[in-house]
Amino acid sequence: MKLRTKNLLAASLIAAFSAGAAVAQDTPKAGGTLVVSLPGGTPRVLNPAVQSGTATGMPGTQLFASPLRYDDDWTPQPYLAKSWEVSDDGLKVTLYLQENATFHDGTPITSEDVAFSVDVIKQYHPFKSMFAPVESVDTPDEHTAVLNLTTPHPALMLAMSGQLMAIIPKHIYGDGQDPKNHPRNNENVVGSGPFKLVEFKPGEHVILERYEGYWEEGLPYLDRIVARIINDSSARAIALQNGEIHMATFESEPTIINRLKSDAELTVTKEGYGGIGAIDWLAMNTTHGPLQEVKVRQAIAYAIDKNFILKALMRGTADEARTGIHPDSPLYTPDVEAYDLDLDKANALLDEAGYPLENGKRFDLNIEVPGFPGYKAQTEYVKAALSKVGINVTVRAHPDFPSWAQVMGNMDFDLSFDSVYNWGDPVIGVNRTYLSSNIGKGVWSNTQGYANERVDEILAQAATEMDSEKRKALYAEFQEIVAEEVPIYYINAVPQHTIYSNKVGNPPQGIWASSSPMDRIYLKD
Amino acid sequence: MNALRVTTTRIFYAVLLLLAVLVLNFTMMHLAPGDVADTIAQSMGGADEETMAQIRADYGLDKPFIVQLGSYLGRVIRFDLGYSFYYNQPVTSLILQRLPATLLLVFTAQLFAMIVGVVLGVISARRPNGILSHFVTFISLFGYSAPVFWTGILLLIAFSLKIQWFPVAGMRDVTLEGGFWVQTLDIIRHMVLPTITLGSIFLALYSRLSRASMMETLGSDYVRTAKAKGLTEREVVYKHALKNALSPVITLAGLQFSAVISGAVLVETVFAWPGLGTLAFQSILARDTPTILGILFFSALMVIVGNLLTDFVLRLVDPRLKGRA
Repeated sequence: MKLRTKNLLAASLIAAFSAGAAVAQDTPKAGGTLVVSLPGGTPRVLNPAVQSGTATGMPGTQLFASPLRYDDDWTPQPYLAKSWEVSDDGLKVTLYLQENATFHDGTPITSEDVAFSVDVIKQYHPFKSMFAPVESVDTPDEHTAVLNLTTPHPALMLAMSGQLMAIIPKHIYGDGQDPKNHPRNNENVVGSGPFKLVEFKPGEHVILERYEGYWEEGLPYLDRIVARIINDSSARAIALQNGEIHMATFESEPTIINRLKSDAELTVTKEGYGGIGAIDWLAMNTTHGPLQEVKVRQAIAYAIDKNFILKALMRGTADEARTGIHPDSPLYTPDVEAYDLDLDKANALLDEAGYPLENGKRFDLNIEVPGFPGYKAQTEYVKAALSKVGINVTVRAHPDFPSWAQVMGNMDFDLSFDSVYNWGDPVIGVNRTYLSSNIGKGVWSNTQGYANERVDEILAQAATEMDSEKRKALYAEFQEIVAEEVPIYYINAVPQHTIYSNKVGNPPQGIWASSSPMDRIYLKD
Repeated sequence: MNALRVTTTRIFYAVLLLLAVLVLNFTMMHLAPGDVADTIAQSMGGADEETMAQIRADYGLDKPFIVQLGSYLGRVIRFDLGYSFYYNQPVTSLILQRLPATLLLVFTAQLFAMIVGVVLGVISARRPNGILSHFVTFISLFGYSAPVFWTGILLLIAFSLKIQWFPVAGMRDVTLEGGFWVQTLDIIRHMVLPTITLGSIFLALYSRLSRASMMETLGSDYVRTAKAKGLTEREVVYKHALKNALSPVITLAGLQFSAVISGAVLVETVFAWPGLGTLAFQSILARDTPTILGILFFSALMVIVGNLLTDFVLRLVDPRLKGRA
C-alpha cells in the first residue's frame, strides 16, 4: 500500500513536470496468464544443467534459478545469491545464498545444492569451459558456497547467470541415476525458480504456474505462463497479431519483423540478445587452396557488399558485425578493418596473391548452404559478388543440419555461411572458433583451421585476466588480428527480436532474452 | 478352410513387408551423413568432442551398423520400439500421445472432402457444361494443385487475422476454463481451418470421381427407364443413380488410408496441430531414427491392417473372389 502511494506520487510529479505528456509508469499488476511461443520448438529436456539452447532456456530459467542475473548494462545482479565476493587473487568466489529460498517441494535451497549443481554442470553441460577451472566447492554453512578455482576465471560471473547455471536439487537428481537422462528432467520437475511445472506436452506446450513459496515477496506477478510450440513462423506472426499469443522471442525473419513493426498493438525490439550473442558470418577454410592466402581472403571480404546484405537481404533489421564478439557486448570493438566494398582493391589483392585473371576467371571455390533455414539468398549473393572478381563459386546445398555439420566438422568445405553464438563471455562461446587447439573438432569448433600463436596467447591470457580494462584491451587486440587475417568475414548480428503485445509489462530485459526469469513480467488490464 | 489359409498367408506376407520397411529405412537413415548427435549438438548451441562421443556412446551409435540394426530388430520383434534419442521418451508413448490428434484431423478432413466432393460432383454432373460445373472444376483443381502450406496460410490470414473467427494454432486453448462441451466446442473451432486445408487436397479427387461416375450412371439404361416411368429428376438422381455411382468413391476412400500421415505433415506444421505429422517432420530433421522408424512402423501397420480388412470384407461380400490368392 505504502509503495503504491509513493509510486502514485512520483507518477503525478513526473506527469506535472512533463507538461501533459502521458508518461506515468504502470504499476505492475499481479495475476493473469501470459501466453508466449516457445523459441526453438520442443525442448529436449527442461533441465538447463544438462542441456543448453534457447528451447530449454525459456522454460528452464523459469523452473530453475541461477545465482546471478544480468541487467541491460551487463552488470551482475543478485538472484539466488543475495551477494558474492571474489578474492583478490581471483581464486575464491564466495556466494551468499538467499536464506528463505526453497525448491518447489518446499526443501530449502542450500550450499550443498550449489556444490552438487556445479558438479553436474561440469560433467554434463556441453560448455565445458564454463566451470573447468572450478576445482571444488566448499560449503562452510548452509547458505555459503565457496568455489575454489585453479586459475582466476572472469568468465565465471556470466557462467553463473541465465540458463548457464541452474541450481538443481541434490535430493532429486543425486539419486544415482544419470542426470542427463533423469526422468525428473521432464516430469514432476522440482525446480528452484519462480515458476513450477504444470504440464509438458512435447510438440504442444509447456505450462508453468507461479510458485507460491518463491523467496521474493510479491513475485512472480504472473499466475501462469503457457509456452506454446508453434514451429511455423508465419503462423506465429498471425498468432501475435490476433492476440492468441502475447509474446514471441528469437524471431529473426526480416520480412516478419518489418511487417509486425507496423502493427500498433505490438512492440518489436532487438534489445536483450547481447548475451546470447548470435552472429552471422562467412567462414573460410584456411587450410587448403587459394584460401590459405591472407590476401585472397581479404580480397573476398572487399568483393562482398555488406551493405547490400544488410539493406536488401536483411531489410535493415540486423546490426552490422565486424568481429566475432557481438556488437552489444562491452568487449566488442568496431575499430577494425571494415572491408567496405572495393572491387579494385579486391582485384589487386588477388593479382598480388598470384591468381591472375585468365579468360575472365581466377579460380574455383565451393560454398555450402547451411543446414538450417535463412541463408540461401546470402549464399547466392556471395556467388554473384565473387564472380565479379573472377572467382567461380559453386553452391552446394544440404538437406538438413547433420549433412552440413559433417562437411563443416570434417573441414571439407571452402566457404560457408554460419551462425555462431557467443553465450555471454568469449571464453564460453568465442574461443572455440579461434583456438588452434580446437581445429576441426566438429561443427562450431575452429572449422576454419585458423592458427595464430598470438591469438592463442591473447585468448589464454584474457581468460584469466581479472582486470576488466586490461581484459578489454586484450580482446580488442584479438579482434583486430582476426579482422586483419579474415579466417571469417563477419556480416551481422543475427536479427533476433522480441515481439510482444502492448499488454505485456516488463518484457524480458537484460542480456539473455527469454532465457531469463520472467518473475517481473506482468499483464496490463 | 480355404479363406483362413489365404488370410494367414496374407498376414505372413504383411509381417515380412513390415520388417522389410524397417530394415530399408534403418539402412537409409544410416547411409545419410551425420546423425542425431549433430542435431542434439545443434539444439545445445554446440558441444565439444567429448560430449559428442558421450552422446554417441549413450545411444549405441558408435557400434557397427549390423549390431545396431540387429538390436533394433530384436527389440521390435518384442514389440518394443525403443527410446527416442531426441525427446528422451519411449517411442511408443510418444506416438500414442500424438496419434489421436492426427486420426481426428485426418478422418474429419476425409469425411469433409468426401461429402463436399460428392455433392459438388453430383451438381456438376447434372449440367456438365454449366457455369456451376466449371466453377466446381476450378475450385477442386485449385485445392488439388495449391500447396497446402500456402492454402493454410491464406486461410489463416483470411479467417484468423482479417476476420477473427478461428484460432491460429494448436488443438485447444489451454487457458480456457469450462466443462466438456466448452472444451469440445473449442476443439471444433480449432479444427475448422486445418480440416478445410487438408480436405482441399482430397476434395478434387472425390468431386472428379463422383462427377465422372455420376455422368456414366446417368447415361445408363436403368436411369432412362426410371425417367420413362415418370419419376422426378430429383428422385432419379438421388435414389437411383447416386447409390450406384458411389461405389468407386467408397473404394477410393479405402485407398486413401495410406495418405493418413503424408497429407497431415504439412497441414499439422502450419497449424501447430499436435499430431504425428509434426512429430514425423521434427524427427526427420532431428535424425531421430527410433522415432521415425516407430512412426513408419505405425503407418505401415495401419496401411497393412487396412488392406487386410478391405481384402477380407471384399472376400465376404464378393463370391467371385473366394479362394483366390
